[in-house]
Amino acid sequence: MRKYVPKDNVQGKSYYTDRFWVAPRVPRTQVEDAHFAAVVKAVGADAKESYVEIGQLVLNINPEDNFKVMQTLKEECGYTQCSEQSAVDYLAKDNEFELFWQLLNVTEAKRVRVVCRLANGAAIESIEPLYKSANFAEREMFDMFGIKVNNHPFLKRILMPDDWEGHPLLKTYPLEGDEFASWYEVDKIFGKEYRDIIGPENRDPAKIDVEDTKRFSRVGYEVPFGAEYNGEEEQEIEYSETLLVNYNKKSSKTLDERR
Amino acid sequence: MQVSNKLTPFFENLNFERDDNTMVINFGPQHPSAHGQLRLVLELEGEQVMKAYPDIGYLHRGIEKMAENMTYNEFLPTTDRLDYIASTSNNYAYALAVEKLLGIEAPRRAQVIRTALLELNRVISHLFFVATHALDVGAMSVFLYAFREREFAMDLMEDYCGARLTHSAVRIGGVPLDLPAGWLENLAAFCDKVDFEVEHTYEALLTENRIWKMRLEDVGVISAEDALSWGCTGVMLRGSGVKWDIRKEEPYELYPELDFDIPTSDRCDSYGRYRLYMEEMRQSTRILRQLIPMYKETEPQLMAHAPQYISAPKEEIMTQNYALMQHFVLVTQGMRPPKGEVYVPTESPKGELGFYIKSEGEPYAYRLKCRAPSFFHTGLLQELLVGTYIADVVTIIGTTNIVFGEVDR
Repeated sequence: MRKYVPKDNVQGKSYYTDRFWVAPRVPRTQVEDAHFAAVVKAVGADAKESYVEIGQLVLNINPEDNFKVMQTLKEECGYTQCSEQSAVDYLAKDNEFELFWQLLNVTEAKRVRVVCRLANGAAIESIEPLYKSANFAEREMFDMFGIKVNNHPFLKRILMPDDWEGHPLLKTYPLEGDEFASWYEVDKIFGKEYRDIIGPENRDPAKIDVEDTKRFSRVGYEVPFGAEYNGEEEQEIEYSETLLVNYNKKSSKTLDERR
Repeated sequence: MQVSNKLTPFFENLNFERDDNTMVINFGPQHPSAHGQLRLVLELEGEQVMKAYPDIGYLHRGIEKMAENMTYNEFLPTTDRLDYIASTSNNYAYALAVEKLLGIEAPRRAQVIRTALLELNRVISHLFFVATHALDVGAMSVFLYAFREREFAMDLMEDYCGARLTHSAVRIGGVPLDLPAGWLENLAAFCDKVDFEVEHTYEALLTENRIWKMRLEDVGVISAEDALSWGCTGVMLRGSGVKWDIRKEEPYELYPELDFDIPTSDRCDSYGRYRLYMEEMRQSTRILRQLIPMYKETEPQLMAHAPQYISAPKEEIMTQNYALMQHFVLVTQGMRPPKGEVYVPTESPKGELGFYIKSEGEPYAYRLKCRAPSFFHTGLLQELLVGTYIADVVTIIGTTNIVFGEVDR
């Protein structure tokens, strides 16, 4: 029987997991720090859940409140920098994305992570008016996950080409790229009519074609470039005279230390 | 996208079909001052930039995607390819994030070695900055001198880990090797050399140089508020007068024990940032000198003792059955960190390099996000370049010190 491979998550998986294995969880602690308590108070009821995980405050909010919460954090709590924002794909499990914003307060040296769950296909409000770093970060999130951002000044693909199809960081997107990716460069460089002649692009860097006489030389079984493969008789290896350098100790000098 | 046919021919670098007086040019991706694969679309009126649009992605290799398909230890050498000028700082930032997730700490000797390697990488990166920035601006001789000293630092890295560019010199939980004999003496000699050269060569050539000052002073001015809003970190932020260095504010490794200063500049321009790079090299050698006596007081253990996550030392694996079994499981399946998420910032030579890791208890990271400083510094260009002249564009790109390995990832 063929092994079952789930279609909704095609990323790397452990080949063996103990049936009784239960992964522990990083401890989440109550908010005790005075500064973090003030932040939780300022945000108020918008934070559905708040806890401290590995030294950073995590605020769980509703996706429609993101601009309001971020504005409070910036103007009242002094979180003047948005270090990073992106998403995590939970489409297979919950049909949702988890979005996070990593905010920094440079006067208090504290970090807050704002987290929300966004339904598949829904759009999020841009925080670009508050933090200009969101300009590039939101574009990258759109490019990688296809999450639409409302009121972004220039929502366009950033890392992938403009005419690319698919969003590479989705769990349904294979590491080697999909069908579209294997024809992209063939269509670009030669045109669609050459698909039959050239064939799809090999996007697996580890693939070795032993019959290929154009890119591989088999020592002892060499054939001229592009000729048919004949793995029958072993040939004598011929080395060019000029390539063999005679290193004699007298003409070279070894330094004890660098000058 | 330009669609070319016989009626509208394709001009690679120019677009003439405009009603107004502006000209659109493509700066890069092959421009030697584009520091890699930056394509900058500039709209010019005369020589003044009216609009700038940084187009990135020419070096996109999907490193975050690869992280989801590799075990934690497998991914570590891939982080070399982020900021390839100072690879160890990427290795370290990643290793530290995983260590925070696992809740382990590297032994003392590994910490000394790591801190030394981090500072050595900072010097390598800053020397590279001075060299290429001066070359971009037109001071060619500095390039040769700075690369001479960088060669010494790369030799030190080569003596330690065998590689000059892609070091992979840090492991999750420690370092793989002890320092070779005589390395610390060479390091001390290197510190003297760098201090001497910074003062007598680079600063003597550049700091009071009339042309250098004319090209750098009041070019690329960015206010502290803008710098924070655009996500600037590192020298870009300190050059705008914000005293923020993660080594001091959120200390990691041995930095709380070390004595060093954080230089800041309130000039907010390229010249101020150049002075900061010079001063930071001095501070790095100061740190390196303090680390040399610290090394001698440490125990020889190099990797943390956490048998669930990290293989035992080689001699134990070769002599003890249980250590061998654990090593086998860790190599074939990979370590399984607890469920949870972590964001760990470190001060890389370019700015704040942070790794966000979301773990679902599997040997593969569920999501890894690399917060690269250069990515946000590239985003800043679209505002910083507007209103400047085309001659200053190269200076401003140089002063942001962006590396495309980590912009495109």
